[in-house]
Amino acid sequence: MSDIPGPETSSYNDSQAEIGDMLVVSELGVKSQNKTILEEVSFKVKKGTSLAIVGPNGGGKTTLFRALLNLIPYTGMIKWNDEVRMGYVPQSLVSTDLPISVEEFLRFKCKTDFDSCIKSVGLENDILRQSLKSLSGGELQRVLIAWAIVDNPTVLLFDEPTSGVDIGAEEPIYDKVNSLKKEIGITILLISHNMHVVMHYADYVLALDKKVLFFGDRKSLTHSQLLSIIYGNEFALSEEEFHKE
Amino acid sequence: MPDTITFGLIIGVFVGSTAGYLGSIMVSKHMALVGDALSHVALPGLALGILFNFNPFIGAFAFLAATVIVTWYLQKSTTLSVEAIIGVLFVLALAIGILITPQVDLLEALFGDVSKITLPDTIITVIISASVILVTKTIYQKLAVSMISKELAIASKIKVERINLIYLFLVAIIVALGIKEVGTLLVGALVIVPAAAAKNISSTLSRYSLISAIFGLVSATSGVMLSSYVNLPAGPLVVIVGAVIFAGGVVVSSLSKRLKNQKSIRSTSTAI
Repeated sequence: MSDIPGPETSSYNDSQAEIGDMLVVSELGVKSQNKTILEEVSFKVKKGTSLAIVGPNGGGKTTLFRALLNLIPYTGMIKWNDEVRMGYVPQSLVSTDLPISVEEFLRFKCKTDFDSCIKSVGLENDILRQSLKSLSGGELQRVLIAWAIVDNPTVLLFDEPTSGVDIGAEEPIYDKVNSLKKEIGITILLISHNMHVVMHYADYVLALDKKVLFFGDRKSLTHSQLLSIIYGNEFALSEEEFHKE
Repeated sequence: MPDTITFGLIIGVFVGSTAGYLGSIMVSKHMALVGDALSHVALPGLALGILFNFNPFIGAFAFLAATVIVTWYLQKSTTLSVEAIIGVLFVLALAIGILITPQVDLLEALFGDVSKITLPDTIITVIISASVILVTKTIYQKLAVSMISKELAIASKIKVERINLIYLFLVAIIVALGIKEVGTLLVGALVIVPAAAAKNISSTLSRYSLISAIFGLVSATSGVMLSSYVNLPAGPLVVIVGAVIFAGGVVVSSLSKRLKNQKSIRSTSTAI
């Protein structure tokens, strides 16, 4: 396992990392201006599996990703497998003010044999000629997914991949993500508010509200249980209500 | 032996195009005023060069480099924005510079003087500008990705902080080089105006950076040529030419948008 540089605590026991693990997080804590954002967060992600990270707004989901990407200081331990090559799909872009075409953007990563590179990520020629800032939410997400997968990552981090995407455009995105997992055994970490997505596409669930509310096999939970874990009993729906929604 | 106007033109070609190229990133980073403010920080360094009889370029660059390091450090260790930090440093530097620059040299420091450009100045400027262009070209894509998304850049193993620091150093170098020609008060315009003009009429990054560099070159050389005809300081003329190009770009861009709209209305009505 390789270390992403960051502070470590002595509480971590190296034997916790097993051969099949892509990621081991132990006793992770993040504070910002003396406010606790995350504390005592521990979980593992096995290679080739998908983990959905769920929880209320302000529960620390995006902060967890930022720590995993080593963007912010943290305490505790984050250990990635030696084979890790990370692809990241952000919720949105900070600035698309730069006049840049989709082709130019993707050429940053596809330095040789651009045509086969683009074919592998399933983007059409029409979209390549467009400016990054003129794309719709769904198109931008497809381009960002292409950017993330074009250099064959072993792990994909998705931060709300379909936020800002029209209804109906979500499914193809998740199907694409799911096929990547099945076809090339990629490991997926996914932040989502959409319980349908979590129940359909995730193997494991990590429910966060500063601390870990739940971590385990998705199949061990019903929709209703998951909702009540995250939001309390009053938000739990019956199975019929859930499917009606 | 070439005259000072020839030296001015050569410097205009190299500094103008390099500043325009660097400016394409600065304008898209919404840091246009940072480029302008940074240029004024050179004044105390120039003054020290004049007072203690060493090359003012070295003094200017030392002050610019120190400002870049202090800005970079404060930005990392406080919640202050780059604009706020440079804003404070620039007024302080301008105040100190005006106090210590000898009165007779103040106008030249503020607005530049092409007639004082020498052959060694020109050779040094050409070599350093060419090096700045090469370094900028190698980090340009990384800068672009880090502007689009810092997280995306870090996940792609781009050292964002380091790249930003290198970029600010490159801006500091080109600002120091441009002072001789357009002066500390207006040199920021060399970085900002060509890029702002190019952004209006560019749809791709390669076109944007190339047009920024060309506009920088055209405004710097035209300003120097005009100054020799009308016998006025080159600095303000360089800025005025740049502003005219900018205005032209705005007109061209709005006309082409209007034409596009009319075409799409026509094709829609034909379809109906």
